[in-house]
Amino acid sequence: MLNLILRRIAVAIPTLLILTIVTFYLMHAAPGGPFTSEKPLPPQVLANIEAKYGLNDPLWKQMVNYIGGIVTEFDFGPSFKYKDRTVNDIIAQGLPVTLVYGTLSFIFAVVLGVSLGVIAAVNQNSRFDYLAVGFTMFAQVLPNFVMGPILILIFTLWLGWLPGGGWNGGHWQNVIMPVIALGTSYMASIARLTRSSMLEILRSNFIRTARAKGIPERTIIWRHALKPAMLPVISYLAPVFVFMITGSFIIDMVFSTGGLGYFFINSAYNRDYAVMMGITLLLGSLTIFFNMIVDIIYGWIDPQIRY
Amino acid sequence: MKLTTKAFLMATAVTFVSASAWAAGTHPVTGEALADDQTFTYRVLDEHSSVDPQIVEDVSGAEIVRDLFEGLYNQDADGNLIPGVALSHTTNADKTVYTFTLRDNAKWSDGKPVTANDFVYGWRRLADPNTASPYQWFVEVMGLKNSGAVMAGDADPSELGVKAIDDYTLEVTLENSLPYFALTTTHSSTFPAPKWAVDAHGVDWTKPGNIVSNGAYVLTEHVPNERSVRERNPMYWDNDGTILDKVVALVINEESVALTRYMAGELDRTEIPAGQYPSLSKSNPDEAIVFPRLCSYYFMFNMSDSGPEALKDKRVRQALSYAVDRSIITENILQGGQTPAYTFTPGATANFEVPAVPFGEMSQTERDAKAKELMADAGYSDGLKIELIYNTSEDHKKIAIAMSQMWKQKLGVETTLANQEWKTFLDTRGNQNFEVARGGWCGDYNEASTFLDLVQSNSGYNDSKYSNAEVDQLLADAKTSDNPQPNYKRVEEIIADDMPLIPIYHYAGNYMLNANLKPWPVKNAEQNWYSKDLYKVAD
Repeated sequence: MLNLILRRIAVAIPTLLILTIVTFYLMHAAPGGPFTSEKPLPPQVLANIEAKYGLNDPLWKQMVNYIGGIVTEFDFGPSFKYKDRTVNDIIAQGLPVTLVYGTLSFIFAVVLGVSLGVIAAVNQNSRFDYLAVGFTMFAQVLPNFVMGPILILIFTLWLGWLPGGGWNGGHWQNVIMPVIALGTSYMASIARLTRSSMLEILRSNFIRTARAKGIPERTIIWRHALKPAMLPVISYLAPVFVFMITGSFIIDMVFSTGGLGYFFINSAYNRDYAVMMGITLLLGSLTIFFNMIVDIIYGWIDPQIRY
Repeated sequence: MKLTTKAFLMATAVTFVSASAWAAGTHPVTGEALADDQTFTYRVLDEHSSVDPQIVEDVSGAEIVRDLFEGLYNQDADGNLIPGVALSHTTNADKTVYTFTLRDNAKWSDGKPVTANDFVYGWRRLADPNTASPYQWFVEVMGLKNSGAVMAGDADPSELGVKAIDDYTLEVTLENSLPYFALTTTHSSTFPAPKWAVDAHGVDWTKPGNIVSNGAYVLTEHVPNERSVRERNPMYWDNDGTILDKVVALVINEESVALTRYMAGELDRTEIPAGQYPSLSKSNPDEAIVFPRLCSYYFMFNMSDSGPEALKDKRVRQALSYAVDRSIITENILQGGQTPAYTFTPGATANFEVPAVPFGEMSQTERDAKAKELMADAGYSDGLKIELIYNTSEDHKKIAIAMSQMWKQKLGVETTLANQEWKTFLDTRGNQNFEVARGGWCGDYNEASTFLDLVQSNSGYNDSKYSNAEVDQLLADAKTSDNPQPNYKRVEEIIADDMPLIPIYHYAGNYMLNANLKPWPVKNAEQNWYSKDLYKVAD
């Protein structure tokens, strides 16, 4: 296990370095710059601003300075767009928001999705099963940029139960709709995946053997069937989890939650170089970290996998 | 000592009496019943760039800055100058030296008096290359003496043409005569700055808790990408005359979500999404408002060497312009009170009288016939192929499609449409890698030159690279003229003939506005609104 972790870390460092270099060059290759605007700045003004941010240095030097700043001071640079904030400020503000609604959406999707899938599979071809299949099919294809505004329409305008947006320090009333909007389609996918995987397992020989031994159905499902049925679900969950906790542009945009997703996408539009780099590196690190966690869980859940 | 105490007590009593007048619930002038909750909540599309007066560059940021800080002059509901920190000014005969008299009762939110030195500091800070302000160039628009040298770092900011004669007298020296100089002092970049706060906190001086400001409000809360809150500044000299207690700006990117939240009563003001004005003005006639804005929507031709040969022919440019039926775009596509444009400068611009350019006087049928004739004269009666670029947006797309259809049906012109992401688009357009490109232009101040500078040969904004010596001369003369209007009129006539650009429409602003919030300055063409002038009446 320790060996696996060490090996992963050894690979992570060059991976992040390559990610930095590639992103840096791609970013600068995009036409326009952070200070390109409808009303172009006079050359003198532009030169003053570029000098202030070190953008007049050759590209390689800018990159060396950038990486140097991270390694020595953990300084990810300033935002060019939001002049009173650094990248560290932006991440410190956006990441907690994103982590909270991302994690809650994940829990919402997994708990509801797995339960729905298992119950549907156990009661295959029952009325509940048909209902579950129909509902999940619908929920899976409903994109969150449609679902978000519909939720606001229902819960804010018609029922007046929940505020239509904002984060409000993570107040539960503000969290509910983002979590449902982000989690629902994943919940549906998880339910469908769980159902089909469970059905397959329930038809397999070792379950038949267990039934023949007279083990109660409840024990068979909980003790014998659930764990192997979860394998395909877990390989699906790993990227979903990383995706959820790294933020959603749509959720941030529809619900004004102020999470990282919005900053990330907008930094690309604004050519806010340092913000884009900072969030890319953060997401890259999170992806590597959680992939490692998933590999560990794999080894624990499936005895056939050994590292 | 006794006298001071007495004066203080009296001042307190006056404050108390007038404050209780609000509590009693009537407006001191109009006598309307006031609402108990004087909070104004509005939607902004995007997070503001800054609330530092010398750094802010976006419209929604400038709106906040106008509440937090106060410059020499403010604007009234019609856009006229009214006293701010300055009570009045005098000028010398050739209008190169302006002397402002400041009020002696203006205070910063920390209780320090606002003096002429705070303006000197703010203006030097704006011009100083070390500040790296995106509005640094505004000192050149103001025409301050030595602005060019200071901006380039060749002269110390202390050489800028502004000085404090005493605490309440500010003297401004200009490079050349500038009759409209006083108008520039309502711009947020010319507001004073508190040196002690900037020195103490550096770039963090604008954060709530650190910020010191001299306007009617202070910034009390800011959650980036979510909300900013400003509340009454008890030190403001006219705090007694201010009625709104609290102003909240909520960042809501999605226009349709903002409308839903407005309908749910969470907002007092939001923009009306394109195409929804007709239905909303029927369902909520007291709330849907429309007013002209100082902005023009247009398409430009690439007239540089890299542009296509056909577009160098004036007749082709005219034909393409004539064939666009503006009323279809304003009445059928946008439906939000926009006005068809035949000149570049909007009619709402102060003192600007829209000249009757010949093609604007024709009917659309006449224009279409004339367009066909012009194309035939130019030798393109069999049609022409052109490429049109616009920045990615549903509305721009609809307009571009409508235009290309009009050109195809009326002139046989085949148009290739291409959309580009914003910064890529600006880069392409700025480097003249286009044939026809979309443009949108909003005035920086309420004077026709803010529009017409765009057609000056050496202007950095002139992406079509149009060049006409007569236009350049007329605009140069206008700068120092006491009455530049005839020059502007003549320039419009010339460009209506040369047609370096196709004016399509002049923008209209439209809002859903809480009917209890009054009085929104719809006649202020720059939409420079001040929360201190607004109030909420009771239901």
